[in-house]
Amino acid sequence: MSHRRISSGNKNRGSSRSNSKVRRRQPGAGTALAEPASQAAEEPSEAAGKRAGAAGRGVEEIESAVVRFAGDSGDGMQVAGSQFTTTTALLGNDLATLPDFPAEIRAPAGTLAGVSGFQIHFSSLDIRTPGDTVQALVAMNPAALRVNQADLEPGGILITNRDAFNDQNLQKAGYEANPLEDGSLKAFRVVDVPLTSLTLKAVEETGLSRKLSERCKNFYALGLLFWLYDRPPNHTLEWIRNKFAARPEVVEANTRALQAGLHYAETIELFSVHYRVRPAKLSPGLYRQITGNEATALGFIAASKLAQRPLFYGSYPITPASDILQEIAKYRQFGAKTFQAEDEIAAIGAAIGAAYGGALGLCGTSGPGLDLKSEALGLAVMAELPLVIADVQRVGPSTGMPTKTEQGDLLEALFGRHGECPVAVVAPRSPSDCFNMAIEAFRIAIRYMTPVIFLSDGYLANGAEPWCIPKVEDLPKFDEVSIPDAVNYQPYARNPSTLARPWVTPGSFGYEHRIGGLEKEDITGNVSYDPINHEKMTHLRAEKVARIAENVPELEVDGDGPLLVLGWGSTYGAIFSAIERVRRSGGRVARAHLRYLNPFPRNIDDVLSRFKQVLIPELNMGQLALLLSSRTHTEVISLSKVQGKPFQVSEIEQRIEELLGSAG
Amino acid sequence: MSKAGERLVIQEPRPLTRMDFASDQTVRWCPGCGDYSILAQVQRTFAELGLRRANQVFISGIGCQSRFPYYMNAFGFHTIHGRALPIATGLKAARPDLDVWVVTGDGDSLSIGGNHLLHCLRRNLHINVILINNRIYGLTKGQYSPTSEFGKRTKTSPDGTIENPINALCVAIAAEATFIARSVDTWSDHLQAMLRRAYEHQGTSFLEIYQNCNIFNDQTFAPFAARDVRDDRMLLLEHGKPMIFGKDRNRGIRLRGVSPETVDLGNGIREEDLLVHDERADSATLAYLLTRMNYPELPVPVGVFRAVVRPTYERLLQDQVDTAIAEKGEGNLEDLLKSADTWEVT
Repeated sequence: MSHRRISSGNKNRGSSRSNSKVRRRQPGAGTALAEPASQAAEEPSEAAGKRAGAAGRGVEEIESAVVRFAGDSGDGMQVAGSQFTTTTALLGNDLATLPDFPAEIRAPAGTLAGVSGFQIHFSSLDIRTPGDTVQALVAMNPAALRVNQADLEPGGILITNRDAFNDQNLQKAGYEANPLEDGSLKAFRVVDVPLTSLTLKAVEETGLSRKLSERCKNFYALGLLFWLYDRPPNHTLEWIRNKFAARPEVVEANTRALQAGLHYAETIELFSVHYRVRPAKLSPGLYRQITGNEATALGFIAASKLAQRPLFYGSYPITPASDILQEIAKYRQFGAKTFQAEDEIAAIGAAIGAAYGGALGLCGTSGPGLDLKSEALGLAVMAELPLVIADVQRVGPSTGMPTKTEQGDLLEALFGRHGECPVAVVAPRSPSDCFNMAIEAFRIAIRYMTPVIFLSDGYLANGAEPWCIPKVEDLPKFDEVSIPDAVNYQPYARNPSTLARPWVTPGSFGYEHRIGGLEKEDITGNVSYDPINHEKMTHLRAEKVARIAENVPELEVDGDGPLLVLGWGSTYGAIFSAIERVRRSGGRVARAHLRYLNPFPRNIDDVLSRFKQVLIPELNMGQLALLLSSRTHTEVISLSKVQGKPFQVSEIEQRIEELLGSAG
Repeated sequence: MSKAGERLVIQEPRPLTRMDFASDQTVRWCPGCGDYSILAQVQRTFAELGLRRANQVFISGIGCQSRFPYYMNAFGFHTIHGRALPIATGLKAARPDLDVWVVTGDGDSLSIGGNHLLHCLRRNLHINVILINNRIYGLTKGQYSPTSEFGKRTKTSPDGTIENPINALCVAIAAEATFIARSVDTWSDHLQAMLRRAYEHQGTSFLEIYQNCNIFNDQTFAPFAARDVRDDRMLLLEHGKPMIFGKDRNRGIRLRGVSPETVDLGNGIREEDLLVHDERADSATLAYLLTRMNYPELPVPVGVFRAVVRPTYERLLQDQVDTAIAEKGEGNLEDLLKSADTWEVT
């Protein structure tokens, strides 16, 4: 149950992969990353076997693994997880991550509320999700064990920090007896290590205080995991050197802790074997790992380059969108201006002002902020200015669960404003797809002179995956903004094909005009209270957004059968994997994924009508299902999950099997 | 953008008059509204300053005064309640070349948009904020505003308000505004002078204009601002000059302890004993004392309370962009996308 295995000599699955040569590069450094602890990626496994043999234990080749680091929110689990991820990416594995942390920066130590986790699924195959169950769990204290134990597979490896399993911590986690001693963990391969004392011993000569020394234990744990999965420590060692450059004693201590962890795992017979996961067979190209928020920021910078207009990003810090502001603030050399506003309303107001001035006006937020931006968004609809609002959805309503993911803002994005107030809505389907859809959002906003909402979520924002870096020349082209003659210029005269009004900015001589939130007279843009004019303008604004469908790709359907599984946004990976599993076991099922939510792709009704049933898995109470059931005779079935967590593949797979079973 | 760029350099072909700044829209304020005078003084001042119409942008929120942009032959954006300042902020940050004017009111900027006023002033963008204060909600037909006097009876306070009014200029000082001035709608030449000073200030200029709403709050400022009494009941601030007022220029302001008091000149009290106005003082203490002066205890000051120089937000922001380009070179997208640990699959 623990790991899927293929023998090291097996060329069947590995053969095509063995053609994939992996070369690593680091920015600014000419040197390649050192090879894994026991092997070079494309090296025959013999040499690795020899080295491992020297330590008396074998290397077992596996296709993929799911590892979770869990500890107190101050234990450095996110750092350990992301370091494991970077090294894994550089080894050429496909991967997906799921950081999961509390909203409190430091919840009371040792409590269930304070547990922070980082999960990574890595593989020699193409994977799409961070994995349903875990094969190796690091539990830094009893609370971490209690919160995460249920996800560990029977037979899975459980690494615990013996030092943290004292009476006080056990009590805080609600244990009456020590689970390490009462036999309750016998389903697992428990590797109980005094992590704290070993770390203290490893770093004692650095002269660091006890408190700081103890904080190195995440690197000790990382060292154990590096050995267990045969990953080299070099990249992390270099990261430590750069990160703590100003404090040599901290560099020394963390370095020692990491190496001590590796050596401990290698010399003491902690694990009977260790594992190797070969590089994945990915399409040729240059890769990096990227999170959704990073990809979002890069996408917006790219849009600015493609539109040849400076980016203006107004935002008020909010979880889980703050990274986007922090990222874009680094890119002043691209002419990007960031504005940390006094509140959510000022953030969108400033973005509207910048758009009015001819810049790419952008604001980013999460649900509570989208609520506050509603009125200003209506102004942008009335003024018909290009504007992008990035909403990184989180659990609601109200403050909800700020660090947890949900797709609950879809209907708000479409309809959450007073009056008839249509805006375009797009949604990326994976962390790296945030890059593409960020560009799309601005391409549409400018072409149609409309606000566009970009719906990401907490899972995409913080999750990472490998990304084949696109070539700049392959990125979409932006339309040239055409400006009519100043003579008889009319601010609301429209492009006959897109219905967009001209984007004439202040400063243009001879074009002086006034716009605003009051209803506009058709063509002239003057204030008008004429009832017939209002009806006409309402229809024009709706028609303009509807016409976007002519300019975006049709919905692609993969496969056929009576059942279509249709998703949107971040559920893509789980749906994709579920469908693959169903098909492997002989099921006939089709899938499609929406990245354009308003308007829908122009063939949506055709697609729906081809199926008897459509299953819509969503991390909400069935919002897309509600939208679609009003426009199709096909039976719409909602699969809803609102636990602040992404779908597990098995949850979707099971529902599909049920539906296929009952249909068959 | 090249076409737009060409349009930016075209200058007005001839000197403009006040009427050149009037748009083709019929002005629809109530007859007798103080806003007519303010509009006229703005148009006159613009003509005298020789401003280029295409570069003037009026941003407003909601309220009677917020119709202002429609009546100016310039660029204008009539936005939503309380949010003119953020929109002006984004515009100016993105387009430092434009002259941005915000026309707002006591409800727009001291109530629903109060937060934005604080932050706009401390950021010090080079924009001009004209706060037209009539101490009433006119557009919604006569409810009290945050500047209405305590106890004032209005439609929503039939028994009198129980809220202490806010003093716009005190707020501006607390928010570190670099330019603070006050004028009166019907005091044409003074208002023009203040508009000119506001325009010339490098930073956010905050000009409060006492404006008469003759429908819902008629004569609210008349006890001290009416033409026949204002010399005796208002103090005209002049930089570097002792604070003298009165038709006969025989009264002055002296400091007693930490409070200003009115004194009569003569009988041993000389000009040297009076406070001397210093709008450029580093400390805002004097300006603050002046903002607290109120009729009938003291004359109401008009003029420039404070005018100090501090770098503007948009300049500092643009400097960061320029420095980043100078140090790192203009951003290259290909390099940016690769700016992480990468690996190549062949």
